[in-house]
Amino acid sequence: MINNKQNILTVLVCLCAGLILAGCGERPPVDSQQVGYRGTAMVNFTNPRVEAATEAANAVPAALPAVPGDGPRAGEVYQNVQVLGDLSVAEFARVMLAISNWVAPEQQCAYCHADGESLASDSLYTKVVARKMLEMNRDINVNWTAHVQQTGVTCYTCHRGKAVPESIWFADPGPVTAGGGVAGSRMGQNTPATATALTSLPYDPFTPYLLDAGPIRLATDQALPADNDLNVKAAEGTYALMMHFSDGLGVNCTFCHNSRAFASWSESNPQRVTAWHGIQMARSLNNEYLVPLTSTFPASRLGPLGDVAKVNCQTCHQGVSKPLYGVSMFADYPELGAPKAPAAQPAEGEAVAAAATD
Amino acid sequence: MAGYQSLYTRVQVVPPHYPGVPVQSGAFTRGTKTGLSYWLGRIGDTQIGPIYLGWTGLTSLLFGLAAFEIIGLNMWASVNWDPVEFIRQLPWLALEPPPAKYGLGLPPLNDGGWWLMAGLFLTISIMLWWLRTYRRARQLGMGTHVAWAFAAAIWLYLVCGFIRPFFMGSWSEAVPFGIFPHLDWTAAFSLRYGNLLYNPFHALSIVFLYGSVLLFAMHAGTVLSTVRFGGDREVEQITDRGTASERMALFWRWTMGFNASMESVHRWAWWFAVLCPLCGGIGILLTGTVVDNWYLWAIKHGVAPAYPAVVPPLADPALSGVMP
Repeated sequence: MINNKQNILTVLVCLCAGLILAGCGERPPVDSQQVGYRGTAMVNFTNPRVEAATEAANAVPAALPAVPGDGPRAGEVYQNVQVLGDLSVAEFARVMLAISNWVAPEQQCAYCHADGESLASDSLYTKVVARKMLEMNRDINVNWTAHVQQTGVTCYTCHRGKAVPESIWFADPGPVTAGGGVAGSRMGQNTPATATALTSLPYDPFTPYLLDAGPIRLATDQALPADNDLNVKAAEGTYALMMHFSDGLGVNCTFCHNSRAFASWSESNPQRVTAWHGIQMARSLNNEYLVPLTSTFPASRLGPLGDVAKVNCQTCHQGVSKPLYGVSMFADYPELGAPKAPAAQPAEGEAVAAAATD
Repeated sequence: MAGYQSLYTRVQVVPPHYPGVPVQSGAFTRGTKTGLSYWLGRIGDTQIGPIYLGWTGLTSLLFGLAAFEIIGLNMWASVNWDPVEFIRQLPWLALEPPPAKYGLGLPPLNDGGWWLMAGLFLTISIMLWWLRTYRRARQLGMGTHVAWAFAAAIWLYLVCGFIRPFFMGSWSEAVPFGIFPHLDWTAAFSLRYGNLLYNPFHALSIVFLYGSVLLFAMHAGTVLSTVRFGGDREVEQITDRGTASERMALFWRWTMGFNASMESVHRWAWWFAVLCPLCGGIGILLTGTVVDNWYLWAIKHGVAPAYPAVVPPLADPALSGVMP
């Protein structure tokens, strides 16, 4: 009888443990996809339960109906159009409407254009920021095809209906510590850091690599010791950045890397080259477009150390290896690509463009 | 009839105080205070004590406590003295070694100095405990096998925390004191040095680790399977090999043609266990000092196999001149 009771107890304990594990939301089974030679652990894992939620969160909104691209240019008709002056008036209106839906669905036009003022007025900081972001958007679609291919990006890729994209980063001063500067230093790591998928790795992997051009490559390119000062602490920095990649794209290491030789390019998956261009791109966007906006933003929009909001992989990718599952919203809004060459009278067009930038 | 000294026994011997075998020399007189524990009796001997502390034990505990307090108080300060956060974040918290810029010099307390001090105290504590195991074994007229097995583990500890950082010229190479942080250090170490999997001493270390597990399972399984014949009383079986030992030996000759002896199986187990940290320590010591990229080393020496390419080999984009 006692034995029976003990057995029942054991079964109950096992059942409870199983239920607790199942409650994590990432319960097995996990889908696996082989991406390399058999027996080399080159497998990508996805959890269909997690995937369902991610798919719902990355649905693409319907595009506005296309409009004619002929007729007078927006830069000729409107004042102070510095970036999109090459569009037709109809195209310009369509893009403005799309932007208001993508970025400020509640406030609409008034988010950037102050009530009662001319549409040309730059009195709201949001309009100045939006102009810089439009320049950035065009730069990405024109000059960064090595990363975004022909899929391109639109405002929605990052904004998703929010004025401030959900995934941005500021320099992280770290958690508050005690010890009066004599003890208790975190040394920039050792806290459950959201930036690094809750690892104890350095909690700000962005400032050194996506703002500054810190060394990401660790391994020596020869078997024996050479001139390589990077130590294990430097490796933890790279590791932290890679955990952000993994978390931001919803992939495991073998999406890009060969598990047996992380540094080897010749054995990596093609995605690694795309990711490499992504690092260059994020670093460039932060330095070319976001840091210059620091004084434009009000203090309330700046980070705890007074720095501007910046981009990382998660800003666009939002947990998916191809943002919005590879659906090209840019295809519906080619206006966000290369500026159109003036069609009819080149001389006059140039004059207009010059006037617009004045 | 229920058997004695089995994990599942329901019979417990409740003996009078037993101070142990007579010892020839030494000023230490065993205490007469011993306790009995029913629950410890379920997994081992019911009697607790007599305990010998001595100056090695006492100083070892004091130095160990100092190291423990330095690590723990630094961790607690790092969560702003919040007891709840201390418990909640404990697996993430750590006391880190100094940054590389200090080399082998003395860093400020809050920039690795505490780590250096904790490491020194912990090492003194461990050394004293080693001396204690050595002296106690000698006192009982035993061999010093336990002390030397412990020394193998100390070797790995010293390689990671002292010897290798010394040869690399920087304390920053050492391991942090922390639960997740020391595991992250391990992974980062392998990433920095081109995959420790291709380090042959790492491979040997794993052989002896898994080998120890296998031997332990084989030996323990063999002994337990003959408990009904008295096989658990190993010492008696060596001098008077009865039916239990004969069955054990025959079982292995039947299944693999060869059997270890009652003595040799423990030599196997001892060496496998000792060689695990011994080889591991050699592997760590060679990393960064003699070999900087184990994967390329393995390619160079024909150790790493080549696999058919599934995708066309990539070129390093940084060298392609394609910018951006």
